[in-house]
Amino acid sequence: MTVSNFTRRATMALIAAAGFAAPAAADVDLAGKTVEWVIPFSETGGSAKWANFFAPLLSEELPGNPTVVVKFMPGAGSTKGANWFQNQTKGDGTLLFGSSGSTQFPYLLGDPRVRYEYNDWNAVMASGTGGVAYLNADDGAKFDGSANGLKDIDFIYGSQGATRLDLVPLLAWQMLGMNVEPVFGIKGRGDGRLMFERGEATIDYQTSSGYLGGSAELVANGDAVAMMSWGALDADGNIVRDPTFPEIPTFKEVCEATDGCETSGEAWDAWKAFFVAGFPVQKLAFLPAGTDQDIVNTYTTAFEAVVARADFPKISSKRVGKYLVFTGASAQTALGTATNVPDEAKAYVTTWLKDAYGVELK
Amino acid sequence: MEAFATALPALGEAWALILQPVVLGYLVLGVVMGLAVGVFPGLGGIAGLSLLLPFMFGMDPILGLALMIGMVAVVPTSDTFASVLMGIPGSSASQATVLDGFPMAKKGEAARALSAAFASSLFGGLVGASFLTMFILVARPIVLAFGLPEMLMITVLGLSMVAVLAGRIALKGLAAAGLGLMIGTIGEADAGGSLRMASYDIPYLTDGLKLVIVGLGVFAIPEIVSLLRQDRSIAKGASLGGGWMDGVRDWFANIWLSVRCSIIGVVVGVIPGLGGSVVDWIAYGHAVQTTKDKSNFGKGEVRGVIGPESSNNAKEGGGLVPTLLFGIPGSGSMAIFIGAVALLGSGDIEVGPSMLKDNLDITYSIVWLLALANVVGTILCIAASGGIAKLTTIRFTYLAPFLFMLISFAAFQSGQNFEDLLALFAIGLIGIFLRRFDWSRPAFLIGFVLSNPVEKFTNQAFQIASFRFRKGFDVGMEYVFSPIVIVLIIITIVSVVLGIRQAKSIMAEGDVKSGSKRAPLVFLLVIGGYFVAALINANAIPDYNMTDKVIPLFIGGFSLLCCVILLVQMMRKPEGDSIFADKEVAGEDADAPYGLWSTLAWFGALIVATWFVGFILALVGFLVSFLRVRAGAGWGKTLLLTTLGIAFMCLMAGALNRDFPPGLLQGAADLPWPLK
Repeated sequence: MTVSNFTRRATMALIAAAGFAAPAAADVDLAGKTVEWVIPFSETGGSAKWANFFAPLLSEELPGNPTVVVKFMPGAGSTKGANWFQNQTKGDGTLLFGSSGSTQFPYLLGDPRVRYEYNDWNAVMASGTGGVAYLNADDGAKFDGSANGLKDIDFIYGSQGATRLDLVPLLAWQMLGMNVEPVFGIKGRGDGRLMFERGEATIDYQTSSGYLGGSAELVANGDAVAMMSWGALDADGNIVRDPTFPEIPTFKEVCEATDGCETSGEAWDAWKAFFVAGFPVQKLAFLPAGTDQDIVNTYTTAFEAVVARADFPKISSKRVGKYLVFTGASAQTALGTATNVPDEAKAYVTTWLKDAYGVELK
Repeated sequence: MEAFATALPALGEAWALILQPVVLGYLVLGVVMGLAVGVFPGLGGIAGLSLLLPFMFGMDPILGLALMIGMVAVVPTSDTFASVLMGIPGSSASQATVLDGFPMAKKGEAARALSAAFASSLFGGLVGASFLTMFILVARPIVLAFGLPEMLMITVLGLSMVAVLAGRIALKGLAAAGLGLMIGTIGEADAGGSLRMASYDIPYLTDGLKLVIVGLGVFAIPEIVSLLRQDRSIAKGASLGGGWMDGVRDWFANIWLSVRCSIIGVVVGVIPGLGGSVVDWIAYGHAVQTTKDKSNFGKGEVRGVIGPESSNNAKEGGGLVPTLLFGIPGSGSMAIFIGAVALLGSGDIEVGPSMLKDNLDITYSIVWLLALANVVGTILCIAASGGIAKLTTIRFTYLAPFLFMLISFAAFQSGQNFEDLLALFAIGLIGIFLRRFDWSRPAFLIGFVLSNPVEKFTNQAFQIASFRFRKGFDVGMEYVFSPIVIVLIIITIVSVVLGIRQAKSIMAEGDVKSGSKRAPLVFLLVIGGYFVAALINANAIPDYNMTDKVIPLFIGGFSLLCCVILLVQMMRKPEGDSIFADKEVAGEDADAPYGLWSTLAWFGALIVATWFVGFILALVGFLVSFLRVRAGAGWGKTLLLTTLGIAFMCLMAGALNRDFPPGLLQGAADLPWPLK
């Protein structure tokens, strides 16, 4: 296992810089302990970045300042690590698990490899992201806020697989009546952007950080046209404009403007359910099943303190974007919205995956 | 030329940044750490970089870069130790080096091979950096010119190196490459997610086999087992000829080969998505094709070391282009590098398209820090090579248990599953028999390495091409037959034609004697049987997932055809024909005092014991009993060596925060590290 070892010495410097003191420890004291934060992906992915960002901050806020190490357990599209975590009973606060949309989707779609149950675990932190779809310059000229002018065009899209987060853009384009042919088998959204830049793909989407890192420049140079963001959730669970991209219309707006696209009904409910599971509540940190409430509270307090840091908005904007970080009870609520997908929505997506792409999970 | 006007001042600023004593100090520190990690096969730069990551938070950017680049740069240099001295390919960068480097070590020329390799590495690194300094300014459109058809053709060019390495019987070489390709398709398909020769009941197989395991299994295990059976030192007669100066002289005599291979390295390294997997094979093929007397390849030809080693360090430089210009990592270590750069300083340096515009001085610093790290690393390695080469004079029975320890640990690191050890053992068996019956192991490995790119690029290029053809015939043709594709096709054809002509003189396994029909025939039937099973399995994939079945069906069918023709030939030809090559008939293996199975059983026992009591406890038992029983050492020596071995293992694993394979015991009881 690969590990990032955050020593106390390094974090002490950060504490001093931030002007924060460790919160008063109730009965829980993790001094001298090592907290393992297990990520079910390789050290090169987005979840690794996410955990590596939070680990030193968390170490600083936990009572006793334990060393927080990030360990990687990749395999079987993250189901291997999640299955392993399901069997962990070490409820003494020295084990933390990070899941991502790629862990949530197989769970929702009934992937046969899934032997884990989200509801057994204790969510202590959740964070989200957004996404933006964009078109090549030629076809983008025909985009007028609705997809009416795009219905006769054949688009090509570099995709990681229809059962991954790509499910959200693919379903959205299909609901708009667009013909988007996915080229499957690319390794990451970066490769998808490269395919778009080479002109092989004609439509693309990126998560917020990927969009800001590379695609925004294409749009600014006129080589691409931003089409829509997936949006963000407000406190009542409505889709509103993404705070990171307030100038880009949401899919909901584009759908309303497009003939034949409905923002209610079976398809819409299914899209929204999977959007929520994949984006606004994309990454979650869990303590194992059966952990003492004291320890859960300790972690909640620690994550709250991390988010309350004066410099948190600044240092987090590059790593996790300008999105809400949920802690404690609200993380648990977020988990609820992300995993309680109605059976009709699941059935709709399962049928659609089979009809459109021949994908069957069994 | 306007670009160069801005480049020169930036280059000056970059050197001003680099040439500060503290920066150089951090660079040397990084290099030393990188060397220590690199000699450990299978860990590579990812482990080292992850270790540095926590310290990058808020660090002065140039210092952090010096530390990280020092570490990454020297991994392809120091892994040469394992590939030359032990025949263990430490990473994909050093696989081709094994082919001639290890035979040189067996001839007692380890120091010469090492210093030739290091000199080539150094030179390659410098050529790469110089080339990049200019190239990086104009690279963006060139990188974008490499679409899927172009990448597919480069992969095919890599695959065409099978022609050179196929061995005496071309069909066997082709079937070996086919087997490699088919084994590479095991698991969940990238495109449609269908399972090939795998089941959700065995989750391990759905991820496919890792390159580290296949590389170790095919090259390292057969050699370790063979040497162990012969009970001798690696260098025959335990004598060391050829000092390190000879190697440097060899490199200088072949400097143009080194230049050409360096450029191959940079250019292929620049193309995102291919990474380093093909570079060393293309360079090796090039070295073979440009050498007049080819008879020594595979037996310890120094040009076979210089070629791949010149290319693999240059490739690291080339790999910086997609990383820095597009923010798309060319390798796992580059992915961590990108993440780490964002932590540096105030987090203002954003790897990606803005890098050239906003941070050209930093970009140049990275390029030249890489070159400088190569210089420092190489000098340290050359200085050490004479001493380390003495390892090849030790009686191998004393080395082998520690090599089993190292490769088991390396294999486990690739996936952290107990099954990693089983897979290593299984692939090791395949390697042993490929070697015994003179089926080309390099061809097998090339097939495995290129299996995923071949399938991916074929499917994707086909899909996009058919899309273009729907728009118009000329649009499609323009896409498929771009000038780059045409040039690559010509190079491939020339290389195949030359390769086939030359293949017969290149005997990677030496001159293998032939014997009776039975054993080679049985092996052929087993391989053919696997192809049949894989074909049936692939055919069962539903048609709407055509992308997942077409390549296995095509490759499997072709390989099966090769096997059938071989079978007919075997039935017709008399015993003693070269088609029945068998190392157990005559030669070193046949005359060895120990049998194959009893030797392999030791390794098997280590794995079985690990399953029960975990790696470290199993290792203690393994080392003690091996040294006592097989090596016949006294108790004092046995305990001393065992303690040293375990201590080394724990020290390395502890420093890198790595775990060991757990066993049933660890499942039942909570033990402290390193026993857990």
